[in-house]
Amino acid sequence: MPTSTQTTESGPAGHSEPENGQKSGPANGPKPKAVVRPGDRIFSAATLIAGILILLILAGVALFLLAQSKDTIQAQISDPSSITGGNGFLPYVWPLVVGTLISAAIALVVATPFALGIALFTTHMAPRKLAPVLGYVIDLLAAIPSVVYGLWGIALAGNLTSFYLWLSKWFGWIPIFAPAEDGSVSQTGRTLLTASLVLSIMILPIITSLTREIFLQTPRLQEEAALALGATRWEMIRMAVLPFGKSGIVSATMLGLGRALGETMAVAMILSPGLLTASLVVSGNQTIASEIAQNFPEAAGLRLSELITVGLVLFVITLLVNMGARAIVAKTSVKGS
Amino acid sequence: MLTSSNNTITKSRKLTSKQLPKATPWIVAVASILVAILISFIAFGGFNIPVVAVLAGLINLVAVFVLSASYEGRRKATDRVATTLVTSTFILACVPLVSLLWLTISKGGAAISGDLLSRTMLGMKGVLDQQYVAGEASLAGGFYHAIVGTVLITLAACIISIPIGVLTAIYLVEYAQKNRLGKAITFLVDVMTGIPSIVAGLFAFALFSTLANVLMPGSAGIAKTGFTAAVALSVLMIPIVVRNTEEILRLVPMDLREASYALGVPKWKTIVKIVLPTSVSGILSGVTIAIARVIGETAPIMVTAGFAKALNWNLFSGWMSTLPTFIYDSQLRPVSPGSAALASSERAWAAALVLVALVMLLNLLARIIAKVLAPKAGR
Repeated sequence: MPTSTQTTESGPAGHSEPENGQKSGPANGPKPKAVVRPGDRIFSAATLIAGILILLILAGVALFLLAQSKDTIQAQISDPSSITGGNGFLPYVWPLVVGTLISAAIALVVATPFALGIALFTTHMAPRKLAPVLGYVIDLLAAIPSVVYGLWGIALAGNLTSFYLWLSKWFGWIPIFAPAEDGSVSQTGRTLLTASLVLSIMILPIITSLTREIFLQTPRLQEEAALALGATRWEMIRMAVLPFGKSGIVSATMLGLGRALGETMAVAMILSPGLLTASLVVSGNQTIASEIAQNFPEAAGLRLSELITVGLVLFVITLLVNMGARAIVAKTSVKGS
Repeated sequence: MLTSSNNTITKSRKLTSKQLPKATPWIVAVASILVAILISFIAFGGFNIPVVAVLAGLINLVAVFVLSASYEGRRKATDRVATTLVTSTFILACVPLVSLLWLTISKGGAAISGDLLSRTMLGMKGVLDQQYVAGEASLAGGFYHAIVGTVLITLAACIISIPIGVLTAIYLVEYAQKNRLGKAITFLVDVMTGIPSIVAGLFAFALFSTLANVLMPGSAGIAKTGFTAAVALSVLMIPIVVRNTEEILRLVPMDLREASYALGVPKWKTIVKIVLPTSVSGILSGVTIAIARVIGETAPIMVTAGFAKALNWNLFSGWMSTLPTFIYDSQLRPVSPGSAALASSERAWAAALVLVALVMLLNLLARIIAKVLAPKAGR
């Protein structure tokens, strides 16, 4: 925002917030006061209230979730065996957290190289005229509702069983591709790996659009300098584009991670849940969001409170990841300008 | 042919290094696909699409590298391989999109009918589905109630979140002037965008069941209504509206505001009469995109509005169904389990087709609004 407006705007804004006005008033306040009309006061108050409402909503999310998880905390203290699983809250939530992190990690590992590739393609390689259209195609992926991804994933899962069988045959010595004890893999293909692959497609557009923005900001002169020195296009990308966008790429992936952690429906529909296992090609494992989605409709009493507490755990995890990502963005934008 | 052209333009070769003809990557790509198909027939005894695709990709990469390295040199070869890899990421990413759209259109298109759109699941029995699978009757049931639920809940969410979102954006752009509250709101809006949708649903449920418990102890069950779902969707929608509106408001030229102030127009009138009309196209298209985003949400609806089988026009009492929750419910909890679950699945795909069409239409509408309502630039 150009600072020139500050002088014009400071009159009404100062009056809408007496605290602010008093602080800054003596320093730079000109003597002839601007006329404050009732319309101005009402309007600025309305916008202020709307802003404060957002603060309240976010505080409310944390507070009401905490209030509803009161029962779980009490049960944990007085009688841990009453919680699902019979061992208290931590042993119950731990496998869910691990399952969530694993699925999000796989989704991220698969999606990031693709997202970078697509972002590079649309910004630096595709024909200029075609680039926006191609970007729109990828944005379509983001527009499709998650429940449709779930349906598609279920239809797809059956086709993946032969691939999983092949994986377990040749790469079974790696724990994550190990078959079950009798040498079989999931019959339906509805495993954590399938869910994670669908997740990776769902987070692809977010990471792509963020990295695309960053790649577009690469200083044109640096790119042209690299090309003028005789670099091939790929060398130019490696020398000018990627180093410039490094921290942006990191934060884009973290925002994608936040999305993958909280994504519910694809996992809830595709995964046939079970105990925590290391292998990704047999059925088993569960994520926080899908545990809530699958059990909430029938839950009541303590179980309801448990699921809300689990939701609180998810909220805290995604909050941390997103804040981390934003912190990185904030740092880079300062450097960039 | 290559050598002859080298001889004829020896002079210009000093400025440009040796280069493969422009069509080379395409020829190599087609050739490697053909080779891959051949290998697939010899080694696997048939045409196997995934095998052919993987093989063709690998052969293409190797061929491009070898061809280019032997003629253009190593650096050019690396460049070509990188270009091929980057291009193939894009093509690969299109595969799920095409597959998903194709499946939705073919499966949903086969099942959809006017009856499905105008009936509800009230009085639905497993027998009806078994008859349908046996070919004795047409597909029963429908999702009129889900369409009504989707429209009502989304409308209610809009009524809550558009004023809050737009006013907050106005506060941030016109009044906050980067003060501490403005920074805090910007930060929290960023955080809010990252709230998992199911947590937003849990919040709305926790809010209303706590309220219900306080007002009428022991009646937490009445917390599940369409309105609760609308509140949950608002939590997801507000940050999108704020961000989109803020972005657009910041684009309004300062000169316009200053000209208005210079004429003695009060600030609020400047905003209402100058700033908002200038940016109305952007705001509306941003809101439409936000609607398209939340209309497909499932998780927050299922924890706040439950799954209704019948038509419910009342947002404030009783369960409601929306298209996403209808899809989820039909697919995972079919009316008649076993072989007749197919009928439920078909209803789910038909609903998915309607939902995808709705979302695509909204996205298209957003683009049209942005184009049609954009202020006519006098430049």
